[in-house]
Amino acid sequence: MTIALVARLLPAVALAASVVAPLVVPNEYYLQVLTQAYIWAIMACGLNVILGFAGQLSLAHAGFFGVGAYTTALLLTKAGVSFWLGLPAAIVLCSAAGYVVGSICLRSQGHYFAIFTLAVGIIFHLVIQKWESLTHGHVGVIGIPGPGSLGPISFESTLARSYLVLACLVATLAVTARLLASPVGRTMLAARDNEALAASVGIDVMATKRMAFTVSAALAGLAGGLYAGFIGFLGPEAASVEVMFNSLLYVIVGGLGSLSGPVTGTLVVYGLSQVLQVLHDYHMVIFGIALVLLIRFMPDGLAGAVAALMGRGR
Amino acid sequence: MELLAQQILNGLVTGSVYSLVALGLTLIYGTMQVPNFAHGHLYMLGAYLAYTLVVMAGANYWVATLLAMIAVGGLGVVLDRLVFRPLRHTLHINSMIAALGVLLFLEAVAQLIWTEEFRHMESPYAGVVSVAGLPFTAHRLILLAAAAVLMGALLVFLTRTLAGAAIRATAQNLDGARLVGIDTDRMAMMTFAISAALAAGAGALVAPISLVYPSMGTLVTLKAFAIVVLGGMGSVPGALVGGYLLALAETLGGTYISATYQDLVAFVVLALVFTVRPAGLFREAP
Repeated sequence: MTIALVARLLPAVALAASVVAPLVVPNEYYLQVLTQAYIWAIMACGLNVILGFAGQLSLAHAGFFGVGAYTTALLLTKAGVSFWLGLPAAIVLCSAAGYVVGSICLRSQGHYFAIFTLAVGIIFHLVIQKWESLTHGHVGVIGIPGPGSLGPISFESTLARSYLVLACLVATLAVTARLLASPVGRTMLAARDNEALAASVGIDVMATKRMAFTVSAALAGLAGGLYAGFIGFLGPEAASVEVMFNSLLYVIVGGLGSLSGPVTGTLVVYGLSQVLQVLHDYHMVIFGIALVLLIRFMPDGLAGAVAALMGRGR
Repeated sequence: MELLAQQILNGLVTGSVYSLVALGLTLIYGTMQVPNFAHGHLYMLGAYLAYTLVVMAGANYWVATLLAMIAVGGLGVVLDRLVFRPLRHTLHINSMIAALGVLLFLEAVAQLIWTEEFRHMESPYAGVVSVAGLPFTAHRLILLAAAAVLMGALLVFLTRTLAGAAIRATAQNLDGARLVGIDTDRMAMMTFAISAALAAGAGALVAPISLVYPSMGTLVTLKAFAIVVLGGMGSVPGALVGGYLLALAETLGGTYISATYQDLVAFVVLALVFTVRPAGLFREAP
């Protein structure tokens, strides 16, 4: 079997493995961990669109995750709306918020953009934390109902919910793959690699980056909504800088700008952090060092390393 | 009247901390173009080292403060050599991400050594002094003076010494500084050491009047960023004045308007400024 053939079969194998995985995990706890990893993978794919495709370090995305999660949670608990309406509402709201925030923040460049978006993310976080009459502040939202039955399919069991999340992850990958292959996706890469050159061949750089920002905010909202529906309770930590930094870690370990990288990165890092929980807080010591080493010696992440290996083998 | 005086003093105390951290941040940004997201974590380490030396080892408070500054200054050199210097000529995004790695690492190390428990240390100056008939906590007044000494020393160093002039030259124009024979790598290392020591000094000074915990640096970093951006990235006077202004606005706003949203002030102002002027207050938009 040649390496090229392996590379072509890899996506199918990965899909098969992720479909089988929920069935073979030893118990409910691991199933929950696996499902949460799928949720974080969606978040990482979203972040990858703005960071990997468009090359903009947005630090506001935990804010969109929080907005998505709280929109879903509050619609379900306070307005009694079904999950199947609450989740799309969260995605729509995050897209709109992403469009507005992107339009404003993207006028700043480089470090200024990173710091601006960081401030926006913190404003989201602090507002969620302090607006007690709406969000219950530190107490958070409890007793969020899960997704109701969809025709004959019931989502009562963790297994069914796990497949629901997986379906969303596959859809996310399909959307980002389509995006990357489309002319819009290619203008994103062009704008990332050389903004002045892209502008000079007639690309509307601002519109392109805004598109990337909106899509990635929508995906963060989707991940947030699933998180709320799956976990059943929600605190302001969902929008915290820790969530932001973790998501960033997933994307960078996996490989910026590659399609499967963020998913691989999430599974590896989130999986490892679960395994390393035995070591208590040591895992962040290791990840902190890993992040520094990765960016220095392997800036393209795991996906980049694999691609380099395959390139050499060919 | 008494409340107002107290709040102004509190504002100046917090302002001293903000300014010391923001000064380091702006110097590092000016000389190396690195937004050091881990800067507040050096402040946190300073607080912990002072706490450990005083409470565990029974050291004199000022000796402990000095040792903490030296140790964290040394760490600054290590960070520059091992993390930031190798990334200096790569993509901007890389050094930002590396700074986030350093942040995660330092916080985890602090959690490991000192646990997540809130720590508190007694000040050697626990009493209350009366100034013009108004009572003030002695340590707060001492903190103000000590911070002023640190800032004064920094300004003298930057304006009156050759090394200081070289650092300013590097910050103003990297290529120009190289052209006239300044070893800019060395200046960057020195800047990192000084900035880290200033942050650690702020941490050690504030430890006796606040709580010490692993994530205490996060919000301070973020506010220092707001200050530095508003005051002009790389600007020393901007960081100095901006730190005091923000802290006074927060304290007075928190007392007389609403304490709930006190922490939001800095970020809302930052967002507004960027909305109106995408490249910050003191730079022309491209």
